[in-house]
Amino acid sequence: MLSVTPRGLGRLAIAATLTMLLGAHAHADDTNVTIDNFTFSPAELTVKVGTTVTWKNHDDIPHTVVSAGKFRSKTLDTDDSFSFTFTAAGDYKYFCSLHPHMTGMIKVE
Amino acid sequence: MSEFDHDHNDNPGVSRRRVLECMTWAGTGVLWTISGGVPRSLGLVGSAMAAEPAGMTFLQISDSHVGFDKPANPNALGTLEEAIARINAMPVKPSFMIHTGDISHLSKAVEFDNADRIISQAKLDVHYVPGEHDFLDEEVKFYKERYGRGTMGAGWYSFDASGVHFIGLVNVVDLKAGGLGNLGAEQLAWLENDLKGRSKSTPIVVFAHIPLWTVYPEWGWGTEDGARALDYLKGFGSVTVLNGHIHQVMQKVEGNVTFHTARSTAFPQPAPGTAPSPGPMKVADDKLRTLLGVASINFKPGDQKLAIIDTPLQG
Repeated sequence: MLSVTPRGLGRLAIAATLTMLLGAHAHADDTNVTIDNFTFSPAELTVKVGTTVTWKNHDDIPHTVVSAGKFRSKTLDTDDSFSFTFTAAGDYKYFCSLHPHMTGMIKVE
Repeated sequence: MSEFDHDHNDNPGVSRRRVLECMTWAGTGVLWTISGGVPRSLGLVGSAMAAEPAGMTFLQISDSHVGFDKPANPNALGTLEEAIARINAMPVKPSFMIHTGDISHLSKAVEFDNADRIISQAKLDVHYVPGEHDFLDEEVKFYKERYGRGTMGAGWYSFDASGVHFIGLVNVVDLKAGGLGNLGAEQLAWLENDLKGRSKSTPIVVFAHIPLWTVYPEWGWGTEDGARALDYLKGFGSVTVLNGHIHQVMQKVEGNVTFHTARSTAFPQPAPGTAPSPGPMKVADDKLRTLLGVASINFKPGDQKLAIIDTPLQG
């Protein structure tokens, strides 16, 4: 899960400023993505390199989090979580391999 | 019930046969009979018991989701057991059963074991196709080991019974981001070959988990390359497509093709667009039981229209 060190706090503050400047959809402290009603929320999340993002499934139906060639969660049953640390910048499109209409993106800067 | 029109064909000749009723109940099973070479739905088991089908009959059950224990139905194994008990009480024993996938909820060995223990009590041959919930084990091997012996690829196959050609397809693997169900090039090539040289008068029954036609793409209810499969079936005099996945009955007739989706034995799902998501639909505990098997599907010989009739088991 998310552990915030003093350095991490500084990073969050910088990222928060950047986020406001860039007008991005997500806040920098949003390192959690929830799955509710077959939807990833936020659908698009911008984070800094080194950030760990955690997905948690709140649905009564299992889901997965898959980014082709990048990461693939196990099947997440209700309240199961999956975390991935982004070590390289880029756009990471991902989807649920069981319900492929569910898509999301992590932008790593 | 829903006012949603699931028939996207605007041909007035076809619209006469439209089925506008869309039911959302969980149910037991659908009894099919082959009479004069044309499969007809006789309704859910409850009402089918009263019918006296001539010719060959078979059952369709779907979406057992053994292992599901959430509020929409804390005992999915129990309702499967009830469905099988009703099948066993039928005065005329069907020739066999097809199961259109999502046997288990999480592909755990114990879930498949429990499903087998209950379904085998029907003492019928069961022809399965997998749902996406049947491929969730780490090594993705349980389904193939248990149900897919002698099948091609991820589990597709065909067989003949009483002059009808049955084709079981798999459209739940290798799904693409943003897409729908998927058959894939290899399976389509196999299908084309399987149908090649076959007499066009042979009645065809195709069954797969996710609807082969586009029911509601916003919820992923359709198959990306389903139209290609249906292309290969053009020219056959009688084609019946049986699916599951959406946990409710939907039917439409398009030319010589009859499409039908079966209820789940586990829990109902909402009609398209009537809820924020297609997730399990929670109804009052006493209502779930009254909803099980409450709707029957009837195709009367000589009548072009499939009728859906409420027949509660309780209350």
